Amino acid sequence: MALNICSVSKSYAETQVLTSVSLNIQAGEFLSLVGPSGCGKSTLLRTIAGLEQQDSGTVEIGGVPVDDLRPNERNVSMVFQNYALYPHMTVAQNVALPLKMRRMSWQQRLPLIGRWIPGHTHIRTSIDREVLEICQSLQLQDLLTRKPAQLSGGQRQRVALARAMIRHPAVFLMDEPLSNLDAKLRVHLRNELVALHKRLGVTFVYVTHDQSEAMTMSDRIAVMDQGHILQIGTPQELYTKPANLKVAEFIGTPKINVFQLRASSPSHFAWGHVELETTCPNQEALRLALRPEHLVMDPERLGDCGIQTAAHIARIEDHGSELLVHLTIHGYPDELFTSRVPRHDRRHALSVNQALTVGFHLKHSLFFNAHGQRIEVD
Amino acid sequence: MLALRTSTRQSLAGLLLSLPSGALLVSLYVAPMLCLLLLAFTNYEMGNVDIEWIGFSNFSRVLNDVVFKRSLWNTLLYVLIVVPLSVGGGMFIALLIHARRRTRSFYEVVYFLPVTSTLIAMATVWQFLLHPKLGPINSMLSWVGMSSQNFLGDPTLMIATLAGIGVWQLIGFNMILFLTGLSNIPKELYEAAAIDGVNHPVDRFFSVTLPMLGPTTLFVLVTSTITGFKVFDTVAVLTQGRNQSEVLLYDIYLEGFTYSNMGYASVLTLIFLLIIVGLSAWQSMHMDKKVHYG
Repeated sequence: MALNICSVSKSYAETQVLTSVSLNIQAGEFLSLVGPSGCGKSTLLRTIAGLEQQDSGTVEIGGVPVDDLRPNERNVSMVFQNYALYPHMTVAQNVALPLKMRRMSWQQRLPLIGRWIPGHTHIRTSIDREVLEICQSLQLQDLLTRKPAQLSGGQRQRVALARAMIRHPAVFLMDEPLSNLDAKLRVHLRNELVALHKRLGVTFVYVTHDQSEAMTMSDRIAVMDQGHILQIGTPQELYTKPANLKVAEFIGTPKINVFQLRASSPSHFAWGHVELETTCPNQEALRLALRPEHLVMDPERLGDCGIQTAAHIARIEDHGSELLVHLTIHGYPDELFTSRVPRHDRRHALSVNQALTVGFHLKHSLFFNAHGQRIEVD
Repeated sequence: MLALRTSTRQSLAGLLLSLPSGALLVSLYVAPMLCLLLLAFTNYEMGNVDIEWIGFSNFSRVLNDVVFKRSLWNTLLYVLIVVPLSVGGGMFIALLIHARRRTRSFYEVVYFLPVTSTLIAMATVWQFLLHPKLGPINSMLSWVGMSSQNFLGDPTLMIATLAGIGVWQLIGFNMILFLTGLSNIPKELYEAAAIDGVNHPVDRFFSVTLPMLGPTTLFVLVTSTITGFKVFDTVAVLTQGRNQSEVLLYDIYLEGFTYSNMGYASVLTLIFLLIIVGLSAWQSMHMDKKVHYG
């Protein structure tokens, strides 16, 4: 179901956590909320879930306002960062609880005596069958009688997913579900989650501080900062056309290179000591940002680069498939910039302290004004 | 110089290092117990120089001791009243207070006051409150049309009255322990429960709170039972064992220090220790299976 968030604001005491956030998520979409910690992404997710009450604004699920509904009445499921499994219950009991709460009367739920209330056995059997089905689909069928403490991190994650799936919710909410796992498992589970999203076809809202998670999994990403949504777009859009310097810096590893341009005359700017052949009227300050793969060092590719200057290699990181070369660039003595060199591009040897020429093509560069907004430059 | 293997040297060093604490442990805990065991087979009296070995006659005396049987029964009754009320009540009050923000510390202090006050001092207050003629409790009873009671003199009421004071003394302490247990329950569990539809407070209590309080409850049960069995000061101050209100510790105190029968008192102490150790061990082992440690 579609999820519409309309100018939702929220503050705790003096701190404004969400400032008039609006967001339209289509049915079946995988949308990630990313941003640095404290940007309000978790609060937004918890507001959708109904765990937090917004100060103003509305949340609609499938076109119906849910602001006055309890979390369980909103037809959403949530997976928590630390899974929040009930530690005293077995895997099967954990997964069964949402159904038990929904289908059994309070008398039937009573400990010890509940099983003697009429109808209990019938409901119990149907719940058990559904629990088994869900657990089988997540390869949990051999762990049904285990307690969460006896499970590995990845298994707990899957139990939390099973508990979220059993109610067949319209919207899945996930609050950094992979951040407690080790790196290898995290990458593996990314694929599982994407596959799960395809299979279930329901709306996923996924909170993470890890931009590479968001980039690899989402249909669209909303980048948040200080309670605002800076930009919403596909991973591709955010990478190539960031609306904002913060988005440009947040998306992509290694971080985008940002150069402060020097105003050489009104409407003319210089990159270090190289005059740029662009005009940019009415701008006091201008910054130029360049992805590491666009800062070129290869002599053969330098020919295509209109802008070139001298540089020094300060450090080389070998990542196997690629090298990250940290450079000081003429005109920016106190800063280090990064160039990404694919392994197959290393036709010439690189060494620390080596002097060389770097350059870039103007079409790859992004310009940001004094407020950090991206602007088009002639 | 002897060439010792590394493992031998290490275990020697280990023994040597644990010697001081081992010696303390033996002299402070094990030796007194052995003394107690030995005294139980003698007719030792305080201040008396000659001691005779009298075998098991102290033990056989226990079987025919009416006062001891009564004090055992009284103590059991006392424990049976104090433990459920102070544990259940402590948990209930903790649940009520836990969510309070501004008033929480006020309630904490109020309920904890009896723990910090000495009972000897408070006994005067209780004596006044429970006084058959002048006490406010009796005036309240007569106000609602009931006859006044001699709480500290009537044999059928005495143990219950003492147990009431025991609950009053213990409930604040248990409440503090439960409050700590409550604040250790992760907030996410309640949030997950809210999403799963666990909305009613009773459901929340049985699905999350009570199971998560398991370890605390076990601890509070064991310590409250031990405290219950150790009841002494209320009896010593308020009834002095009059009108058949003896309890185990008071009986031991009478035998040992008032009648100077140290040998016999040693036997009673042994029985007392066996009861406490046995009960605590049983509670821990039996409950441990049901308790989840997170």
